Amino acid sequence: MRSGLSTPELTLGRKLISINWLLVLLISMVAAVGFAMLYSAANGSMSPWAERQMLRFAFAVGVMIVIATVNIRIWLRYAYVLYFMALGLLVAVEVAGYVGMGAQRWLSLGFVNIQPSELMKIFLVLALARYYNASAIEDIGSITRLIVPIALITAPTILILRQPDLGTAIMVAMTGGAVLFLAGVRLWKFALVGIGALAAAPIAWQFLHGYQKKRVLTFLNPETDPLGAGYHIIQSKIALGSGGLMGKGFMLGPQSHLHFLPEMQTDFIFTMLAEEFGLVGGLALIVLYALIVTYGIIIAVKSRNQFGRLVAGGITTTFFLYVFINIAMVTGLIPVVGVPLPLVSYGGTVMLTLMIGFGLVIGVGVHRDVPVGRRGEAEGL
Amino acid sequence: MNRDPDRHKIFTRRAAMLAGGKAILLTALCGRLYYLQVVEADRYATLADENRINLRLLAPPRGRIIDRFGRPLAENQQNYRLQLVPEDVKGSEIDEVLTHVQKIVTLTESDRRRIVREVRRNRAFVPVTLKENLSWSEVARIEINAPDLPGLMIDVGRSRRYPYGPEAAHVLGYVAAVSEKDLDEDPLLKLPGFRVGRAGIEKVHDLDLRGTGGSSEVEVNAFGRMIRELSRREGQPGAEVMLTLDMGLQEYIAKRLGEESASVVVMDVRNGDVLAMVSNPSYDSNDFNRGLSSGEWQQLVNNERSPLINKSIAGVYSPGSTFKMMVLLAALEKGVISPDHKIHCSGEYELGDAKFHCWKRRGHGFVDAMEAITESCDVYFYEIAKRTGIDRIAATARKFGLDEPTGVDLPGEQGGLIPTRDWKRATRDEPWHQGETVIAGIGQGFVLLTPLQMALMTARLANGGRAITPHLTRAIGGNAGAPRQPADVQSMNIPPGHLAIVTEAMNRVVNHPTGTARRSETGIEEFPMAGKTGTVQVRRISKLEREQGVRKNEDLPWKYRDHALFVGFAPVENPRYAISVVVEHGGGGSSTAAPIARDVLVEAYNRQSAGPGLPIAYDDRPRNGNSDSATASSGEPAPTEIADRGEGGG
Repeated sequence: MRSGLSTPELTLGRKLISINWLLVLLISMVAAVGFAMLYSAANGSMSPWAERQMLRFAFAVGVMIVIATVNIRIWLRYAYVLYFMALGLLVAVEVAGYVGMGAQRWLSLGFVNIQPSELMKIFLVLALARYYNASAIEDIGSITRLIVPIALITAPTILILRQPDLGTAIMVAMTGGAVLFLAGVRLWKFALVGIGALAAAPIAWQFLHGYQKKRVLTFLNPETDPLGAGYHIIQSKIALGSGGLMGKGFMLGPQSHLHFLPEMQTDFIFTMLAEEFGLVGGLALIVLYALIVTYGIIIAVKSRNQFGRLVAGGITTTFFLYVFINIAMVTGLIPVVGVPLPLVSYGGTVMLTLMIGFGLVIGVGVHRDVPVGRRGEAEGL
Repeated sequence: MNRDPDRHKIFTRRAAMLAGGKAILLTALCGRLYYLQVVEADRYATLADENRINLRLLAPPRGRIIDRFGRPLAENQQNYRLQLVPEDVKGSEIDEVLTHVQKIVTLTESDRRRIVREVRRNRAFVPVTLKENLSWSEVARIEINAPDLPGLMIDVGRSRRYPYGPEAAHVLGYVAAVSEKDLDEDPLLKLPGFRVGRAGIEKVHDLDLRGTGGSSEVEVNAFGRMIRELSRREGQPGAEVMLTLDMGLQEYIAKRLGEESASVVVMDVRNGDVLAMVSNPSYDSNDFNRGLSSGEWQQLVNNERSPLINKSIAGVYSPGSTFKMMVLLAALEKGVISPDHKIHCSGEYELGDAKFHCWKRRGHGFVDAMEAITESCDVYFYEIAKRTGIDRIAATARKFGLDEPTGVDLPGEQGGLIPTRDWKRATRDEPWHQGETVIAGIGQGFVLLTPLQMALMTARLANGGRAITPHLTRAIGGNAGAPRQPADVQSMNIPPGHLAIVTEAMNRVVNHPTGTARRSETGIEEFPMAGKTGTVQVRRISKLEREQGVRKNEDLPWKYRDHALFVGFAPVENPRYAISVVVEHGGGGSSTAAPIARDVLVEAYNRQSAGPGLPIAYDDRPRNGNSDSATASSGEPAPTEIADRGEGGG
């Protein structure tokens, strides 16, 4: 078959050429916005944040390109291995992780501290994509065929919830759900899970930590505690609102620079951007994000193998969730759950995770014509 | 081409649905941003400004107090104080912060109570002073620990300083922290560490000295630290108050009195300027500003020489023989005696069953009016008082302003007491006894005067009987305002002849060989002093004590000894200074009080002649009033042109 013949022709040079460089450019543009905001957050200084963020990004771009050139079948082959490795790390965090910011999220590997929950966002997508790659269309409808994917999603979600990291747990669960949705699981089953989740909410409430409960309650009525838990939301809204249409100007946001805005270099960096560049700046960044998401979806749809489609679709959704949850959080649409703004917020692990993800997405695009069999063999059905 | 077209189809459909969902959510975000940044922009802009802009009240510098030569008596100096802004202490209690602060600077328990009280009283953004007068090392330690001490700041303030300390404390008074009952509409009073005048000139002219507050809009960060000033409205600094005091003379008197419990008042007889007012012992106004410990306070309160009381205006004393001028003037006016009528003094005086003694047991023999004053014969005055009657004596005393407070510009002045028949009936419901008139004739019994009243009486005798009034304020804000003594100071209508007899008699008290103060001549030919001694028994020496050998006053415990008094003026011709000296339990008027008066007046004279050497040329022009040269003693022509100008500005 023709497609079977195309594989040997995919040399490294060709792969590099077929990389979606426009997507790389968009990613770099968003990252550059991040550098500028980190520069501003430090009152016009490259240290402590902007400089390190640039170095990380440069490194991460390299990682992204390397991953993009790796044959997609290799990812399929190691999908479960990577998933269980990440799951193992999550268990290790449970056992040996250290507590930062009141939550046990980090694992020290001696030279670097990693956050296994971030890796899990990617590897869960790989594992689910492999599972559904092997499933025939008629099998997807079967209830028993849902047991494995739901177990794959539930195990890390519960482990992450125990850390406790509500934001990441929600993201992992939603990402998994998105892959199931893209694979073709019936809509009524999602509805059933949704209703079940609502029914379980009061029980889940019991398991929430005090600060998590407080955040939800504060979200419902931030003004009740203006100097305590509601402070972040109120100050963020004030900063956004006072930015107005055109903003206060680069490095001139009083709310941010007078420290009324907390954590402006991480979770609340979008607020600072919107204060300094106004509605125009905020919308521009959202448009950039929308373009990246669109490219991701196009790559997914164009892929000729189910594994690639699900990987690109799932990872793009993860990225979208980062964007949406963060901006909705800082604008007061949803409770503060501690999700950073992708590519912009200061932070190494998230940056690396995202770039690995983009590497995979671009890789799907590069290898879109590679035939992938149900068990990952070159000659599929 | 595609080996699983069904799966691909499903995926594409689902991806489109998912993309649609994402588009809806992103649109929702855009709508939310539009709502916050356009629809609600104004509201949030206002909130942002409220966040970052603090309106701060600026305390105006308190006006200085200077003496008549411009020497500062009260001024402001910089000090560093630690302040706490309660609203910036987030998430922790004030108590915790204070405990933290205590590791750096010392705070007493009462400090802590005061701080907690002030925090409760003020709004949360008003800084509360934790500690004043920080040392340099304390300032440094606080600055180093600043990141761990939210809501704390160091403020450079001004504190009141009194360069002369105790020497003018009773006149100047002091400033102290605002108390609940001081609070009125003036927002300045709510400023932490603000001081209001509590006594003396500081209290009388508090509003002038205080000025009005300015305000400054400052940008603050989330921790309440000031980032920059946005705008500033300057207040009005307090006005400078110039006093009539000559601080050099005041200092001299304080030194001259030493340990004595005494009052000295020096007044310009021409216009009522109080040149010196010393009440000894004194306190240090600086201590009050700093805040006294309860131990220090108890020490001041329990001191038997009462350093807290301004004896010059709040101490009342029997005037003793210094009152004899009033009695003589009353008798002359009623015509019960003529000046050269002689009365025999045998050393004692009988009235009914009662026997009154002259201080001179052997008696003075026959004495006329002038001799009676010169030698201070008591029997003469018993007799003329009896003839004149208490109400006529009181009427004369009233002319001299002795029946009421003089109205000097100081708080807490007492009025003394000039008894009358009506007074006794009204207050004691008893008839007046003639013996009480006799006793009043030598200034004892019910008669009570303040040292300031004694000085005023003397000044009015010396200036030809014009009703000047005493005052301490010379100018406020460089503006003397209307003359304090109108050019036509009311004459008291004392016949000049009577006054001449009294003043000549007072001259002889000092400058005649028989005078009771003959050892206290000034020794300066052109500056002789006239006066009158007085010695007032505080307690009779009892028979028992006499038998035990106590004969002399000095043998008694301090608090039972006689008061020594002297009133006088100088020079005799064309007088300028009047003085009253009261030394509590000081012994004799002639032995203790008169020499002090002499030394003080000589000092005043020397300072007057040394004029050009002083910081500001001594202003020896009468401020006003002396145009009535007919009644004033002759000599120097009265500078009427100055009187007309009213001496604006000095």
